[in-house]
Amino acid sequence: MPPVSRRTFRDALSVALTVGAYGVAFGAAGVAAGFTVLQTCLFSLVAFTGASQFAAVSVVAAGGAGLSAVIAASLLSTRNALYSLQMAPRLEVTGWRRLIAAQLTIDESTNVALAQAPLGPAAVRHGFWLTGSGVFIFWNIFTFVGALGAKSLGNPAAWGLDAAVPAAFLGLLWPRLQDVRVRVIAGIAALFALIMTPLLPSGTPIIATVVVAVVAGWRS
Amino acid sequence: MNSVTTWSVLVGTSVLCYAIKLVGYWVPARWLANARLQRINSLIPVVLLSALVVAQALAVKSHVVIDHRMAGIAAAFAALIAKAPFPVVVVSAALTSALVYRLH
Repeated sequence: MPPVSRRTFRDALSVALTVGAYGVAFGAAGVAAGFTVLQTCLFSLVAFTGASQFAAVSVVAAGGAGLSAVIAASLLSTRNALYSLQMAPRLEVTGWRRLIAAQLTIDESTNVALAQAPLGPAAVRHGFWLTGSGVFIFWNIFTFVGALGAKSLGNPAAWGLDAAVPAAFLGLLWPRLQDVRVRVIAGIAALFALIMTPLLPSGTPIIATVVVAVVAGWRS
Repeated sequence: MNSVTTWSVLVGTSVLCYAIKLVGYWVPARWLANARLQRINSLIPVVLLSALVVAQALAVKSHVVIDHRMAGIAAAFAALIAKAPFPVVVVSAALTSALVYRLH
């Protein structure tokens, strides 16, 4: 196997550190939502897909049913299926290695990997494995730190944690809003969720906005 | 909220999210090659994240409430428009919201 290029290593490490450090926020949000430190850490180890983890704990925190939390988190992670579809032919993994590749298939590993394409197919594979495992390590360490920290903080609102979670969602949404059409769809979805809030049980207005995606994506 | 709920949310989310990640490594590529499916799939994060922002910033159970969180979201907006990095966006929202909450 050819050596890892300096650029691939730098890309992977900078993404792994920045995104991983953000695990502090998830750790805090998990505990603030009523999960134990152990459960919060297991989320990051086993579910390991940031936005979905936030969605699951925040639906629970808002008083939604467990099923709503699971459905919202799963729907939010459907893009990982398309990432794995893109990575499968590039990684050329077989057998049990697919199980590990799947767990590390997230926004960051896929995007860093695909960005290495000009450096060749080996750099793509290095980018995937380095970023995926790097984010995994830092995300889990920082989740634990955040969970312990939140436990000692007390009231989450006094520390702004209840605003940090929607701000994080906004930050994740922001890069997708370059396109005017997407911006309009996002606005409609937000309005739809707002109108549905008093009408549907909590947690379900979030899932219901998938209707907006289906209608908007039906025609090209 | 009881521990049965938290454990079922943890297990349910973990199992489904992992199964979804496995799809591309096990399923033939042509199964997901449908253009309509890909368009809808690419919009799902957009609508869900928008709804999550609204739910987390404006809802308390099934009521729409404008409170300190709104100040935090306004700060996050300002930080994003100023092209601030992700951690700055989140921290400025938290600080602003906490400040308004404590002054209240």
